Amino acid sequence: MNAKQVWKRLAGRSRSSSPPRQGPVVHGDAIARGPDGSHGYILYLEDLTVSFDGFKALNALTLYMETGELRCIIGPNGAGKTTMMDVITGKTRPDHGSAWFGQTLDLLELTEPEIAQAGIGRKFQKPTVFERHSAFENLELALAGNRAVWANLVAKLSAAQRDRIRDVLQQIGLSAAADTPAGALSHGQKQWLEIGMLLMQSPRLLLVDEPVAGMTPQEVEKTAELLVSLAGEHSVIVVEHDMEFVRDIARQVTVLHQGSVLAEGTMDEVQNHPKVIEVYLGEQ
Amino acid sequence: MPQSTHFLPGLFRTDRPGIIFLALLLATTILVPLLHLVVPESSALHMSTYAVTLIGKYLTYAMLALAVDLVWGFCGILSLGHAAFFALGGYAMGMYLMRQIGTRGVYGDPILPDFMVFLNWKELPWFWHGFDMFWFAMLMVVLAPGILALVFGWFAFRSRVTGVYLSIITQAMTYALMLAFFRNDMGFGGNNGFTDFKDLLGFKLSSPNVRIALFITTGIALGIGYLLCRWIVSSRAGRVVTAIRDAESRTRFIGYRVESYKLWVFVFSAVLAGVAGALYVPQVGIINPGEFGPINSIEVVIWVAIGGRGTLYGAVAGAVIVNYAKTWFTTALPSAWLYLLGAMFVLTTLLLPTGVAGLLRARKAKERAA
Repeated sequence: MNAKQVWKRLAGRSRSSSPPRQGPVVHGDAIARGPDGSHGYILYLEDLTVSFDGFKALNALTLYMETGELRCIIGPNGAGKTTMMDVITGKTRPDHGSAWFGQTLDLLELTEPEIAQAGIGRKFQKPTVFERHSAFENLELALAGNRAVWANLVAKLSAAQRDRIRDVLQQIGLSAAADTPAGALSHGQKQWLEIGMLLMQSPRLLLVDEPVAGMTPQEVEKTAELLVSLAGEHSVIVVEHDMEFVRDIARQVTVLHQGSVLAEGTMDEVQNHPKVIEVYLGEQ
Repeated sequence: MPQSTHFLPGLFRTDRPGIIFLALLLATTILVPLLHLVVPESSALHMSTYAVTLIGKYLTYAMLALAVDLVWGFCGILSLGHAAFFALGGYAMGMYLMRQIGTRGVYGDPILPDFMVFLNWKELPWFWHGFDMFWFAMLMVVLAPGILALVFGWFAFRSRVTGVYLSIITQAMTYALMLAFFRNDMGFGGNNGFTDFKDLLGFKLSSPNVRIALFITTGIALGIGYLLCRWIVSSRAGRVVTAIRDAESRTRFIGYRVESYKLWVFVFSAVLAGVAGALYVPQVGIINPGEFGPINSIEVVIWVAIGGRGTLYGAVAGAVIVNYAKTWFTTALPSAWLYLLGAMFVLTTLLLPTGVAGLLRARKAKERAA
């Protein structure tokens, strides 16, 4: 049995075969139309390998995600969580393997902006909002639409766009802070605002990197509610170290270890998985 | 800042200091002509030709400051070369005024300006054609600075030159132009530049009515310039521009072409500076390559810093305050002026980073809090 097969075995709940997928349709309309998740899956990562100077950040990683799912990814430092996000968003190209967004979009064929346009939004760890603009204006800037200079010189918010901004403000719990400069918001509020900015672009898949780092317990709780409410309409991947938080929100948890999937399942299943206890939870 | 559906009515709610500035400008534009033309010379209230010209000059400087504030205060582009655009606009106007002299020059050549006769030139260089027509000269006032800014900005912003490096190359640009314009064979009058103007549109520049007409035009141009700048910064494009200033890569990341925004703001600003220069030249009666001097551009930045950047009205206030101080000190204590200017800049940077406008705003906020 070679190493790859061992990892496959360790991946716990193994799938007998990959979910079905059609051939590639790339560019133009397909990107604008976004992913075709009609077969129930939004993301297919298969056999992904990324090495940096001989170190395998990802090692034959295989992961499938259902449409509308909220998936938590956990794992010790260096397990490949960030690299996986980088591959999905086009920042890093894998040496080997495939990555599909829905049935029709081959992520490895698309550039970073194309991937963003196709409907994958990523929230980085450190919030970067426009500090001098109000929360409302931050969302306005992120609003999907024409980005050309002349168009924006005369652009007026339509009633529908205004409503959309108000809806998102409500969703991220910042309705009362609509006119507050983003620089005056708390750390947690900035994180929500940034999630709101992602939502303005109506992404199908949201990648959220350590959303609750540095938050107060109340803020953590509200973030959990927010992320859970997003699932369904959007598919959400959350990378998080805070196990308490993961337990609160997760329906499906994937444990990464040394660039591969170590276990997958509900929090309880994962926690009782002997390998997981050994390499990750056991250390706590 | 709450958003308004209509620009002008919204201005009254969101830009009080701007309204005050426009009211002051209107008062100046009406009072100065009255005090000059209507009040008899014997009266203490009479305003001399010297004073009218001086205030007119301040107003053109205020326009230049407005242009610098737009790129620096709102887009974060610290241009240390804006005097070049001002001078180019001035030269375009100067070329028209030179062609208007006609046979009244020292050498009396109907076509060639004096300096060309002096250099033994036999015919008009190609780039002087058309400048006998006012509309063509006005087109050039807009196009010369606009195209330079477009080409310069296109290369600079596309190569993502930012911060101090951009400031340095803008200095290099204005310095290179200064050296070029100093050369006699460039065909712009060498170090003497243009002077001895006679007519503008057939009216004598020396007559009081024409001076006043120029003064009023300058006042109106400054008002329109202010409103255009305010319109730009309060549009969504304006919010993108300030977003670029505060977090450039983040703005790019949400899909805006940062280069295009910077480029168009830069070009508009250059055109505004060019128009200011074109209004400056007939009022002061001379344009020479000294206007391209690197120090000139730096001085404009100091006006804006002292007035308070990112406010527009602050830039105007800064230009008027510093230039009034300059007029006063260069007569009273000429040797002390540059030290004083330096000291003002250092003190503003250290103690008053938001300038005079910031001081006013802070007091307002305190009042509201009380």
